[in-house]
Amino acid sequence: MAIVNLNIARRQLAPDSDELRLIKILQNGLPLVSRPYAAIAEQTGLTEARVMELINGLIHDQTIKRFGVVIRHHEAGYRANAMIVWDVPDEQLPTIPQQMLQFPFITLCYRRPRQLPEWPYNLFCMIHGHDRESVQKNLHVMITSCGWRDIPHAILFSKRRFKQRGARYISHAV
Amino acid sequence: MLGLSQLDKQLLNNFQKEFPVTSAPFAEIAARLGTDETTVLHRLEILRKKGYISRIGPVFKANGIGISLLAALAVPADRLSAVADLISSYEEVNHNYEREHHFNLWFVLTAQNIDRLDRVISEIEQRTGLPVLQLPLLEDYHIDLGFELQWQS
Repeated sequence: MAIVNLNIARRQLAPDSDELRLIKILQNGLPLVSRPYAAIAEQTGLTEARVMELINGLIHDQTIKRFGVVIRHHEAGYRANAMIVWDVPDEQLPTIPQQMLQFPFITLCYRRPRQLPEWPYNLFCMIHGHDRESVQKNLHVMITSCGWRDIPHAILFSKRRFKQRGARYISHAV
Repeated sequence: MLGLSQLDKQLLNNFQKEFPVTSAPFAEIAARLGTDETTVLHRLEILRKKGYISRIGPVFKANGIGISLLAALAVPADRLSAVADLISSYEEVNHNYEREHHFNLWFVLTAQNIDRLDRVISEIEQRTGLPVLQLPLLEDYHIDLGFELQWQS
């Protein structure tokens, strides 16, 4: 439940650091070969042991929050994806997100600033479902069981997906 | 979803977190699943080609080593495809979706620092003539444990 500084990344990586060289390659994912860390070592000029040590360090200090298979929801049969945005009274934060996260279908939950007048919403969550109806049903269950009928919200279903890939934190031009 | 074996389902669900950081991780996975390394690599390659798997690797904590920003545009319908293509062309953009709302184009920008993001946003505003709604992350309530796929059939 980290409060995030708006303007400064928590860790500034030195341009010539081993970590930066590693992340530049690792952000694209492991190659599907018998010894992927050795392959990454070769691309970065580090040793295999050093690559594994750096990855373990990034996991340990929680710079990496999850290390493993990243699935694509749409292809895996979750065709409906809705961002639900809420205008939650500030005094009800963070109680409401904590309740939301009790529901297994909630995949993200973020606080963001309102941008008045055009954007009154300050809480964002994501629901992935097999279809539109199941997303709406889950949302309805959550709203009624938590007593949130009076909290203004909007459902933004996704339509076309123009781009989806892992974030590139480090530009390849660096 | 059709044509997925028990092994495929295990590969998709069981290794979303704590993927082995050992010299031969796929052999380790194979041992845990009672198969061999060649089969695991082959099935993962197929799952990747079919698009089920985006990648095997790190999910970084928001604003840990870089800065990310959710942004939106209200694009006139007849310009949506062209503007979406322009947005997708930026290396800093990793997600870009049309959504059902007055703000109909939603994208996530990520870069190493805020200056770079500011420059990209100014450029997008200049090139599209549309103001960018900027929604930076203030607080992340969610602990990412992956996503357990439920098989419908």
